[in-house]
Amino acid sequence: MAVGHPLDPYLRTDRIPTMWCPGCGLGVVLGTLLRAIDRRIKEGLLKREHIAFVGGIGCTARMTLYPLFDSAHVIHGRAIPFALAVKVVKPEMKMIVVGGDGDIAAIGGNHILHAIRRNADILVVMVNNMIYGMTGGQLAPTTPRGLYTTTTPYGNPEKEINMVKLAAALGANYVARGSITHPHLLEQVFYKALVKQGLAFIEVLSTCPEIFGRHIGLRNPVDLYTELKKRVVVKTKPSVDESDYDWEKGFVIGEFVERDDPGYIEIYRKYISKAFGGGEE
Amino acid sequence: MRYEYLTGNIAIAEASITAGLKFYAGYPITPTSDIFEYLAKELPKHGGHVIQFEDEIASINAVIGASWACAKSMTATSGPGFSLMLEALSLAVITETPLVVAYVMRTGPSTGVPTRSGQYDVLQSTYGFHGGLVIPVLAPSTPQEAYDLTIRAFNISEMLRTPVVLLSDAVIAHTYGKVAIRERSEVDLIDRTKPSVPPDAYKPYDPVNGLVPPMACFGEGYNVLVESLTHDERGYYAPRTDVQRRLMWRLYKKIVENSGKLFDYSSTYLDDCDYALVSYGSTALTANVAAKLLREKGYRACSVKLKTLFPVYEDGIVNLLRGVKKVFVVENNLGLYYRELRGVIRDKEVVSVPLIDLDVPPPQEVVEVIKEWL
Repeated sequence: MAVGHPLDPYLRTDRIPTMWCPGCGLGVVLGTLLRAIDRRIKEGLLKREHIAFVGGIGCTARMTLYPLFDSAHVIHGRAIPFALAVKVVKPEMKMIVVGGDGDIAAIGGNHILHAIRRNADILVVMVNNMIYGMTGGQLAPTTPRGLYTTTTPYGNPEKEINMVKLAAALGANYVARGSITHPHLLEQVFYKALVKQGLAFIEVLSTCPEIFGRHIGLRNPVDLYTELKKRVVVKTKPSVDESDYDWEKGFVIGEFVERDDPGYIEIYRKYISKAFGGGEE
Repeated sequence: MRYEYLTGNIAIAEASITAGLKFYAGYPITPTSDIFEYLAKELPKHGGHVIQFEDEIASINAVIGASWACAKSMTATSGPGFSLMLEALSLAVITETPLVVAYVMRTGPSTGVPTRSGQYDVLQSTYGFHGGLVIPVLAPSTPQEAYDLTIRAFNISEMLRTPVVLLSDAVIAHTYGKVAIRERSEVDLIDRTKPSVPPDAYKPYDPVNGLVPPMACFGEGYNVLVESLTHDERGYYAPRTDVQRRLMWRLYKKIVENSGKLFDYSSTYLDDCDYALVSYGSTALTANVAAKLLREKGYRACSVKLKTLFPVYEDGIVNLLRGVKKVFVVENNLGLYYRELRGVIRDKEVVSVPLIDLDVPPPQEVVEVIKEWL
């Protein structure tokens, strides 16, 4: 027997290997996220049976298939309302929503908007490969302007969405951007976000050599990885104004927002206690 | 038990509390919002949660999530909102998630006449979602039936691990009637079967010896998998014909093989009847009176009110109408449920009586249409 991986206890090992392509950044995301979870469990700050993954549709949402926790692989864009409802009914749960840029920022846009506005107690991990990977290379709201996609064959005429700015503007308690090219920093933002109340939003820049890489002439995973790494600028505590999302100028990664406003559940429970005559439950 | 004078909508809300509702998510829509408003005030007193979401899509997906957190869950809507919920209902079907949707029909298509009635959505209520399976649909015609069938809807959803639609309409929604409200101890309530095996032996879609798998919830250590993809008993994606066949047939059979158990109706004059006026929902009020008027004119007419619309219980319906010569299907639409009945009643004539009326169609109009066929 081969020696087990240290993260095996957290994985449905009978489902490994994953469905992700060689060179895909998602393995790094899952690995760093599970390491951060493992640290928090060992610290006694998270309970294993109270951790749940929810994802919509896409390569990132398929991340829900592998961790050995309660998991839901639901429909495109709708992971957030599912997760919030579980949290309302069972506040002891730590709900982790994983989704791609299409799942979260396009079809799920309305839900992320209102989840942030509510400061809903959910960790949202949006893995951004700047393309629709699973469906074969169509335009995403994160695709840099001018680039070829299969549905913008003459170049993308649209401006990209900057989800960091959106999350910061609407009042998320924690907003960070990481990159799979910097796994230790990524693990650290996951580690912090896991114990945040309110909404924690983490955008993860990732590589999709098979689709995005092919579109821009960098199908070799190492080439795309190197290219992304070149464009990533690491900053300690950057301001939201520095969060510009720009393929040409580069992408600043770091923690943009860290607040400790009460989360949705805490406020909701305070108001709902009025149904019992005004006192706490 | 106590008696109250309630509208159909409030009867639904009261019944859902009796049934053990613990989570309601919704989006305002006429003529349904008062279910939401009533529950927003009352449900928290019973330990339940009521949340307004950003749209009906979020609402139904939240209801699915809450059900997986062990809470009996419901939403209520009307045509435009139900249309938005369809994709998620398909998810609820394949993930076998118990939930109730109170669907209060209004005049359509599109925005139509939001405050007035119609039965245009009767087929959409079960056939609207993608995937070709059946959602049980119950149809009340009075506030008392709205109360009783809501409890039944929760029981069916828990017993069969399925979404259930309670199909009301704008007339019933705001018509007052005397309703017997029961205490929880006075009604039979069904709760989903929990797993009897330890977490490592649990398979969320394994029906064990029957057709309905036991259901574990989030947060109990069972490592539950809620899977929208075609899945095997473990919940693992399996894009294979044998798995798809097994899953489709089981999901179909668990509903259809229980048709007899789910079937419910009431009738007047059926023992002595040549001409049956079959109806459902608020149109049953019309059909009841029309049958009476026809009898006064010397025709042996009767009224049969279907309270279960789907699954269509073929044997039960054929047996029920075995003594009649002709069947008239009275409904406030272009003749939609008629197609269902025509499909199962083959030994006698089935006539559609399609009425289009923003309120309860006048019985005299029914009599005039039917008389031409007698």
